[in-house]
Amino acid sequence: MSAPAVIAPDAPLVVPDGAPVVVRGLRKTFGATVALDAVSFAVAPGELFGLVGPDGGGKTTLFRILTTLLVPEAGTATVLGRDVVQDLWGIRSRVGYMPGRFSLYPDLSVEENLRFFASVFGTTLAAGYDLIAPIYRQIEPFKDRRAGALSGGMKQKLALSCALVHRPEILFLDEPTTGVDAVSRREFWDLLDELRRSGLTIVVSTPYMDEAARCQRVALMQKGRVLAIDAPDAIGSRYPRPLFAVHGLPRHALIEALRAFPHAASVQPFGDTLHYADARSTHPADAVVAELLAWVRGRGITEAWAAPIAPGIEDTFIALMGEAAA
Amino acid sequence: MRVRDRLQALRAFVTKEARHILRDRQTLTILLLMPLAQVVLFGFAIRTDVNEIRFAVVDPAPDAASLGLRARFAGTDRFRTVATVPTVAALEPLFRRGDVEVALVVPRGLGDALRDGTPARLQLITDASNPNTGTTMQTYAGAVIQQWQAGLPGTRGAVRIEPQVRMRFNPTLESVNLFVPGLIALVLTLVSAQMTAISLSREKERGTMEILLVSPLHPWQIILGKVAPYLLLAFANVVTALVAAWLVFDVPFRGSLVLLLAASTLYALVGLALGVFIAAVTDSQRAAMTGSMLGTMLPSTLLSGMIFPIASLPLPLQVLSNIVPARWFIVIVRGVMLKGAGVVHLWQELAVLTLMLVVLLAVATRSFKARLA
Repeated sequence: MSAPAVIAPDAPLVVPDGAPVVVRGLRKTFGATVALDAVSFAVAPGELFGLVGPDGGGKTTLFRILTTLLVPEAGTATVLGRDVVQDLWGIRSRVGYMPGRFSLYPDLSVEENLRFFASVFGTTLAAGYDLIAPIYRQIEPFKDRRAGALSGGMKQKLALSCALVHRPEILFLDEPTTGVDAVSRREFWDLLDELRRSGLTIVVSTPYMDEAARCQRVALMQKGRVLAIDAPDAIGSRYPRPLFAVHGLPRHALIEALRAFPHAASVQPFGDTLHYADARSTHPADAVVAELLAWVRGRGITEAWAAPIAPGIEDTFIALMGEAAA
Repeated sequence: MRVRDRLQALRAFVTKEARHILRDRQTLTILLLMPLAQVVLFGFAIRTDVNEIRFAVVDPAPDAASLGLRARFAGTDRFRTVATVPTVAALEPLFRRGDVEVALVVPRGLGDALRDGTPARLQLITDASNPNTGTTMQTYAGAVIQQWQAGLPGTRGAVRIEPQVRMRFNPTLESVNLFVPGLIALVLTLVSAQMTAISLSREKERGTMEILLVSPLHPWQIILGKVAPYLLLAFANVVTALVAAWLVFDVPFRGSLVLLLAASTLYALVGLALGVFIAAVTDSQRAAMTGSMLGTMLPSTLLSGMIFPIASLPLPLQVLSNIVPARWFIVIVRGVMLKGAGVVHLWQELAVLTLMLVVLLAVATRSFKARLA
């Protein structure tokens, strides 16, 4: 492989007017583990902002600092203009938070959970009903069922309702769709879209790249560091090389063959296709496809297909992780 | 939040907590039936040995013979003479305070009676509110008198000394009388310390604690909301244990019920504070359960005087027993139930428990943070 092309770095931090979340140089360690290191970003009012990355990336720690549950070792963070260390109580009544784990009472009914969280935040179900109605109406037929007996998708909707019932000014959702089926995930993101359109600022984390694409901007996080912050499309287009999708069987042999190709920069499995990046950035795409097919045929793979594709957010993320590890 | 909203939030919390308790039928059944089962199970006594028996002598007219007998008692290391009084009536407050465990009443003219060969009546009074030690102490005292009698010069066959034994406070020597106070302590420890610790750490495990902390609820609201329903449950348990003891075993209740319930509340609060502390320093339900077992149940059983009298523990454990709340609580319950003791007699124990509560509350609220770490 040739020397790696460098992915364009982020522009300097710009803080929009009235930014509901501003984070500068945040650092947090647990013993020898660095959970967050020099994390900086700002969220614009009404934005749907995604924290994207694998487990252990520091997303949950970041949420816990923003919701005043943890204190950072270095750096500052403000939520709704209030410092997360100094103004604990000023923040607490104004944010909605959905922690990563299923965080409702399984032995209480749907309605009891909702009423409880409303009371805890000093309000009532009736007062917050119109805001949560689009979500709650879907689970209202089951309002007497115990929360523990709900399906994964309905649990998420109930948790979201509980986080919204006190009309928060900003919503923090830590991996809200983990462990939920694909249809419910899509429905959940449709709900988030609706909430965003009503003007609510939402910070959401996810390990799924398809969900990241539905955010307005995302921060790619790995091992406590932010690798890039941008709109999902813009992050994809930062990918520095020509990219091709390659099909063929047997798959394992195809990976071996492509990796052995003299101009290969990277070969990554993506579902049932492979993403191949060519090290020659100016070589015509048709020529690359022809050379690739000839090469794999010469290695015994007769049924192969290749085409140039536009890089997505995940391609950039994998390349960035490679750079960070190097 | 306004005060009205705060109170409403607290009420919602207590309601929610009560629902948790009421819907976990199995645990609830166990908790409610436990005092009953315990009272029946602990109907048996464990025989124990005693040392350093607090001993008093009533010797209205000392002579050579009575002094010789007293010297015998002074010479053994089992008895420690703490008082010598002129009348039997003077013993009453000593027993009531627990200052004296065994008293010997010497009749007037013991020497004359021995010389003349007329029957002499020696009376032994034993505090048998603890039946194990009561019988043992009585046997020891009888043995000392027999040795003294055997060692009398020129013993005449006509002399008859009859050690009369009168048990005080627990005349039937029912061992269950001893155990009921211990059981009340044990059940209260379980319900208050262990259940609170488990219930708080369950919130941590479920992730609901994160939401509660992010909410405008203050830690005191969370603690109070958690603790209140368990306090009620603890009350129910005390009453069950008392009624079961009374119905099944005829255990007497001589003192003030109000005082006992007040002391139980005090003790339950100590346990609840301990439970909050245990939950704060452990991460999982399992750790909380183990922690509360080691930190509360074991000492409450073994170092409280419930099964083994404090006096027969090795010295380091005797010292350690002073920081076990159950040790003080059991003295109060035994005093109230079996002796009819009042605040006048028990103020020291009550004061110790109050001090423990203040310290533990300070520690618990400090350890229960408004943040995760």
